[in-house]
Amino acid sequence: MMMDEHTLGQFQSRRRFLQETACGLGSIALWQLMADEAIAKPHFAPRAKNVIFLFMPGAPSQLDLMDPKPAMQKYHGQPVPAHMLDGLDDGLIRGSARIFASPRTFQQYGQSGMAYSDYIPHLGKIADDICLIRSMHTDIANHTPAQLLMNCGLPVFGHPSMGSWVSYGLGSENQNLPGFVVMTSNSGSGIDAGTANWSSGFLPSEHRGVTFRASADPVLHLRSPKGVSAASQRARLDAIGDLNRIHQTKVGDPEIASRIAAYEMAFRMQSAAPELLDFSGETKATREMYGIDNDTTRAFSTNCLLARRMVERGVRFVQLYHSTWDDHSNLNTKLKENCDMTDRGAVALVMDLKQRGLLDETLVVWGGEFGRTPMNEVRRGNTLGKEGRDHHPFAFSMWLAGGGIKPGQIIGGTDELGYHITRDPIHVHDLQATLLHCLGLNHEHLTFRHQGRDFRLTDVSGEVMTKLLA
Amino acid sequence: MNFLRLSLLASITVFAVDVSAGAEPHWAFVPPKRPVPPQVSASAWPRITIDRFVLKRIEDAGEHPSPEADWTALVRRLHLDLTGLSPTLAEIAAFESDYKIDPDAAYTKRVDRLLASPHFGEKWARWWMDLSHYGDSDGYLTDQLRPVAWRWRQWVVEAFNRNLPFDRFTIEQLAGDLLPNATTQQSIATGFLRNTLSNREGGADLEEYRVLQVKDRTGTFGTVWLGLTVACAQCHDHKYDPVSQKEFYELYAFFNNADELNINAPLPDEAVNYAAAKKVYDKERRELLAPVAPCLAKLQDRWEAKLLDTEAHPGRDHLWDRELELIGLVWGGQLGEGQLEGLNIVYKPRSERTFTERDRLQDYFLRSGSRIDEEKFKELKISELVSQLDELKKALPHVTRAPTMVQHHEYRPTHLHIRGNFRQSGAETRPGVLAVLHASKATGTPTRLNLARWVVASDNPMTARVTVNRLWQELFGQGLVTTPDDFGTRSNPPSHPALLDWLATEFVRRDWDMKAMLKLMATSATYRQDSRQQIDDPENVLLARYSRQRLSAELIRDNTLEVSGLLNRTLGGPSVRPPQPESVIKESFEAKWNVSEGADQYRRGLYTFIQRSAPFGQLVTFDFPDNNQACTRRERSNTPLQALTLLNDPVFFSAAQALASRILHEDGQSDHARLGHAFRLCLARAPQPGEVARLAEYLDTQAAILNDDSEAAKAMAGDTPGDCGLAKRAAWVGVASVLLNLDEFITKQ
Repeated sequence: MMMDEHTLGQFQSRRRFLQETACGLGSIALWQLMADEAIAKPHFAPRAKNVIFLFMPGAPSQLDLMDPKPAMQKYHGQPVPAHMLDGLDDGLIRGSARIFASPRTFQQYGQSGMAYSDYIPHLGKIADDICLIRSMHTDIANHTPAQLLMNCGLPVFGHPSMGSWVSYGLGSENQNLPGFVVMTSNSGSGIDAGTANWSSGFLPSEHRGVTFRASADPVLHLRSPKGVSAASQRARLDAIGDLNRIHQTKVGDPEIASRIAAYEMAFRMQSAAPELLDFSGETKATREMYGIDNDTTRAFSTNCLLARRMVERGVRFVQLYHSTWDDHSNLNTKLKENCDMTDRGAVALVMDLKQRGLLDETLVVWGGEFGRTPMNEVRRGNTLGKEGRDHHPFAFSMWLAGGGIKPGQIIGGTDELGYHITRDPIHVHDLQATLLHCLGLNHEHLTFRHQGRDFRLTDVSGEVMTKLLA
Repeated sequence: MNFLRLSLLASITVFAVDVSAGAEPHWAFVPPKRPVPPQVSASAWPRITIDRFVLKRIEDAGEHPSPEADWTALVRRLHLDLTGLSPTLAEIAAFESDYKIDPDAAYTKRVDRLLASPHFGEKWARWWMDLSHYGDSDGYLTDQLRPVAWRWRQWVVEAFNRNLPFDRFTIEQLAGDLLPNATTQQSIATGFLRNTLSNREGGADLEEYRVLQVKDRTGTFGTVWLGLTVACAQCHDHKYDPVSQKEFYELYAFFNNADELNINAPLPDEAVNYAAAKKVYDKERRELLAPVAPCLAKLQDRWEAKLLDTEAHPGRDHLWDRELELIGLVWGGQLGEGQLEGLNIVYKPRSERTFTERDRLQDYFLRSGSRIDEEKFKELKISELVSQLDELKKALPHVTRAPTMVQHHEYRPTHLHIRGNFRQSGAETRPGVLAVLHASKATGTPTRLNLARWVVASDNPMTARVTVNRLWQELFGQGLVTTPDDFGTRSNPPSHPALLDWLATEFVRRDWDMKAMLKLMATSATYRQDSRQQIDDPENVLLARYSRQRLSAELIRDNTLEVSGLLNRTLGGPSVRPPQPESVIKESFEAKWNVSEGADQYRRGLYTFIQRSAPFGQLVTFDFPDNNQACTRRERSNTPLQALTLLNDPVFFSAAQALASRILHEDGQSDHARLGHAFRLCLARAPQPGEVARLAEYLDTQAAILNDDSEAAKAMAGDTPGDCGLAKRAAWVGVASVLLNLDEFITKQ
């Protein structure tokens, strides 16, 4: 569905025509019509239908998790070798920073021999199902712009997020749930770029990520007030919708159409969400696998299980945020805390999707906005054991699994300190182009005309990385 | 591999060309010059100077401005913008009759009346609270309560209401304590700086979190007054703007010399009895402690020395490390007292301590200092003395305290933090201002007061621009500069540069009079345009119409309560806790939410208690900002979760029941007359025939659905009175709810 603001206007006038003539059809029929219309077609045969993006704001330390550098031991405590800094002018590099060899131990897993640290003991179980990228790189080393670049394709506010683009490009398969859902969990801190990460930018606001609350009650006020039956609720909604439509013809604000759509979605969620949120049908084994009943893993794992239940029900794009991995100090304890909270759930998710035959059509992505430096950063004095790492945009790791991705392979590599990429660099835009490709979308053609220019997720660059594809 | 290095270098080089080599300096760093208003073709349209700048741009684009909005739209718009509440029926009627006689006079009169309304201060205080990142709790994991944070909010409401000029508004909040003969109110103003988070979690490093607070204050200052992201320069020179790391620590040095301190700030009715009772208390206290005084003083000396020694040598004795942590972090927790208040007294030479400081420290020592000599404490029967002191205290009338800032007792030197690490001290930095901006007139070692005076100096290129842009944004939905937090080199250029400069110079020319600026904006032809979208300009960059804007979270609730007759219009006072779902409450560490009683459940949204770790559910659903940092612009999202709240939240549904009661009570006419009445109550306008017909149809449909189900009808109707039959009464609740859910109701247009 390629549109600009002009054709969107035409689309909306068609909608308006339908709305205005809807009295005879009955509003429900109208909404069915509109729902059908909302399912757009991909550009070519897709490999994946849905995406679950496990986004780790704050930037996890790849060097302590999945890009082991045994050679660091010999440089430990020394300045970064001069040849690596040659010509590099970046605020993050300071002469006083010393190489900090990872205190972690690594073990190899799977046929490709991927090595994972002792902090993520579960990930090895799916080594043959995932594609590990060690050669990601980004443009900027501050959290907010880098998170926006990863999620929205540009390091500034106001642009649609990947989930919004996908929802806009492919529509939703389940008319009773939002097409793009966001869930959050944390180890004490929030997300730097906040809600802008799931903004719909200049796309119609129904494509914005809908945030489910991180609590026992993910969607507040799902139940109609006492005395309001489904028929009463429907009658109330029809009246609200019709009056909103009358007003829209007067003021011509597309935001009203979005409001109407949001109310319809709310109504449908009232019937669909309780079933979605009800885990009583999940087996004990499933709960156990995810760690739903464990205090440490509960928050993130509940979101993972919800994510699986959502894609089962056709939610197009689910994004989980677990913050924050910004370990400038106390890396040893804080990284462990986050790994303990998330490793089990993420792995269970992939295994669960696989055993249900859903992994082929679901693309799972894990990663943060950049990586962390091979050097230490000691913010609480030179106390041993309180070391941390700074932001590192030049090389970091992510992993992908499922829909269209070739599993069991390692892509890219870094130098002996993990400072620079030595082969197969993948820019954030390349990753975005590849994810869209898996969904059957050409990243250069998924555009929206805004203020006289065609915008796309990948700005003006990005190449599909065929090495990643099955 | 150097591919990335090249692209980074390339962007750095491009940047370097932008700002150096004799290129024009960035517009925002050059003081605004008063622009000459441009000539326009449609010379009848502009009402005031603002309009000529706007019209010029519209005409240059080959377009026309929109016609003036209906009077009904105008009156609602004005009320919402200036007081945050929709007009009552009486206010609408009064405006209508004035308007028919003389529209312009009626309009100006209404603007003046609204600017004089006490609710004006409430509306605009919330705007300023976003910038200050106000909260009623500490933040961080333990997120303890700050039960007197509201004193500063109250000051803000009153400051707006008495139209305190923005320069004084600024000076008092940044440095009210340093003004000559500072009043209690001027000290309370410094509560602005107390909206910084406090970490009272065990194990938190005292100095680390003090430094974080100072950094937050420095960064907030930069964002709020300068519109610059100075906080970016705390680890390294700013990547884009001419703010060096050294300059960050020069600004930091001002705030590094400010300490948190809560003071007695009696409310009007508390002041009377307290002074007399305090005299008695002081005397009795002295007498009670006299027998042990010499001994106690020696003990306390030892205790203080031990604390200072522990601070100098951490890790020697974990029990004393804990003692230090307790006095540093836990002092006054849950009471919202300032952090490090106790330790700051310890640092102060005894001869310089005030009477109050001596007593407070002694009080703390008596209750928590026994570790220095348990035996001696027993021997002196300190615990009995404490009980007796507690008894004496009971006779003292309650005095409400207030969070403030005071100057550290001696100059606290600042060193640059290498790479932002406070443990790696660089060169000493003295308090100073940004070189790219105007010079400071201060001599000697400047203080916060000098900083405050500098920031509102008439030759400051930033403050006036940044502030008028935010006032504009609040009325028009979008600033002339759309990056209200950043006027630096990476900001979006102003859509109307000359207008921005005209407004900025006008603001200074009018002695920083905020009400005058709002009046100018609100009386402009630009503001009075219709909001219908007529030309292809979705973002309304041209300002050729008024932009429709969804109301903020607080205003949606306020207006729902207002039109339903539930709103409690009481001004000021402590924060309240309206009912909300249990699951939200459980999200916070505190996990307690003692629901306010009676009419306190229906106060305006700005009085809702802000528990930082689990903000009020309805606020969050409607884009309440992350209040751990300054918010310069609220988002206005549009989600199904908002629909669920307005449809199903018990608070909103009970408002519908109350509104139905009002409709059935106040106007005992035909259904059609009642519908018209309800419409005017909610939207300040008469309905169109099609709208009445649709509502009437719904009324019948809803009544028919409920006819056979009296249980449901009873539940839905609630206490709605009337003699039209149960199902019909319940259906009227439905009608009320429909109106409260309309896009138009939650929108300013």
